[in-house]
Amino acid sequence: MTDRFISIESIARHYPQAGGGSTTIFDDLWFSMNKGEFSCIIGHSGCGKTTVLNILAGLDLPDEGVAVVDGKAIEGPSLDRAVIFQSHALLPWRSVIGNVAYAVSSRWRDWSKDKVREQAQRFIELVGLKGNENKKPSELSGGMKQRVGIARALSIEPKILLMDEPFSALDALTRGTLQDEVRRICLDTGQTAFMITHDVDEAIYLADRIVLMTNGPNAMVAEIVENPLPRDRRRIDLHKHPDYYALRNHLIDFLVSRSRSFKDEIPAGYQKRHPPVVRPTANPKAPEGGDALKVA
Amino acid sequence: MTHSLTLRASVLSALIFFIFVATWHLATSGSSSVAQMDPEYAKLMGLTATTGKSAMPGPLDVGAKILEHLRAPFYDRGPNDKGIGLQLAYSVGRVMLGYALAVLVAVPGGFLIGMSPLMSRALNPYIQILKPISPLAWMPLALYTIKDSSVSAIFVIFICSLWPMLINTAFGVASVRKEWLNVARTLEVPPLRRAFTIILPAAAPTILTGMRISIGIAWLVIVAAEMLVGGTGIGYFVWNEWNNLSITNVIISILVIGLVGMLLDQALARVARFVTYPD
Repeated sequence: MTDRFISIESIARHYPQAGGGSTTIFDDLWFSMNKGEFSCIIGHSGCGKTTVLNILAGLDLPDEGVAVVDGKAIEGPSLDRAVIFQSHALLPWRSVIGNVAYAVSSRWRDWSKDKVREQAQRFIELVGLKGNENKKPSELSGGMKQRVGIARALSIEPKILLMDEPFSALDALTRGTLQDEVRRICLDTGQTAFMITHDVDEAIYLADRIVLMTNGPNAMVAEIVENPLPRDRRRIDLHKHPDYYALRNHLIDFLVSRSRSFKDEIPAGYQKRHPPVVRPTANPKAPEGGDALKVA
Repeated sequence: MTHSLTLRASVLSALIFFIFVATWHLATSGSSSVAQMDPEYAKLMGLTATTGKSAMPGPLDVGAKILEHLRAPFYDRGPNDKGIGLQLAYSVGRVMLGYALAVLVAVPGGFLIGMSPLMSRALNPYIQILKPISPLAWMPLALYTIKDSSVSAIFVIFICSLWPMLINTAFGVASVRKEWLNVARTLEVPPLRRAFTIILPAAAPTILTGMRISIGIAWLVIVAAEMLVGGTGIGYFVWNEWNNLSITNVIISILVIGLVGMLLDQALARVARFVTYPD
């Protein structure tokens, strides 16, 4: 694994205010992600999570600093970085396969029609939409539309998958199924992924590392949480893992109080350039045999 | 509800038609009182006075005349006696030509205005001033510069069809959803391909709405324009029949103008349905 596959280096973004002057969403923001890793970013609305994702997608540019992917600074959108939009953003005049094929033919312009169709078909089957190829997005349920969005993003075989709260508009059951599939696909293909979420349980289930952002304006990366749960975790027995509650409490505690108070009581030795990495476990002193919570 | 809405609506429509025709028939059937007069004087007075018949044709007269027209719609016996079908064909031809030219200018122009905020701001004052001008006000200028009455009529159609299409295209293009444009951006779609594969289909329903408004206005204007320029066309036909005092033919023309206008609108509605996407 290459270290620091994605590196965000001292980026800042300011928005002009109505009465002159500007609001700083964040500045001097640093963090990095490794290849094949699934990272989630958690924070309250207005902390600039979407701005960070848009900068990674190349849809927005930082006012200062630079975002580096695979050794190259991001200067604009790229087919190497696919985005799954919150609102799925399917083209309503194209069928399911038409939407996916549009992405495939944009990626490989010299491919024949048959080859494009074959690739699109493969990814439609991967997200479990076989038999719905010729339906229009309006004929699909919210979950199916987002599946098409996922198929479209994956079909161009991107280096990085960027997701902006992809499941937030879905019901709990559909969300669970889609999380399972995204996790399976990312693990199988070693996909590097970056996801914005509000949902702590989603982050625990999916992410290897969770970036915690404090409230905006002037948001900061408070810390980077390493997920202590095993990589082969499953949704159904996730909560039985000894470290589960330690991690969950840590995240919720951050969202409830520390996201607000962090700025006022910055811990000693905190460096913006190297946000602290923490690994919440049931028994911090003896991480190997942490069975403290396994009483029942 | 025992019968379907469509059935009840059709019955009501038929009833209204029947009442209308019956009233018309009764109103024009004439009074029974015929003045007794000198036969020499009666010759001067015309049918109204001598037989008690109304000068306004009744539905039976109009019906008979319609059959006559249907039997020979395309005859041509000199400049003042052409079949109504032929006159209509002239009008539709002019509308199509002026309208097609307007499409060629308005759709690319609307794209330019919709995609460039600079062009939009710069051209806006001209559009705002030119749009409310009655198309017929252009006629003298057109006649003076073009020096051909037939081409002038086409120019007037062009001018009046232009604005609704231009404005609707610009609006449709400018309000394409940002998320669709972002899809194109993340897929590195080049500008021309983006215009044809994202912006055009996304804006097509709005463009078609503009085209429908335009064809309606064009059809309204052609009648007036042809009354002015004369020579051929359904507008000229109406005016000519008025000069002939053939109210029957005037009524038939009105009916036919309405029918053709409806057909033109329905044709574009068909196309609109084809490009509309459910969201």
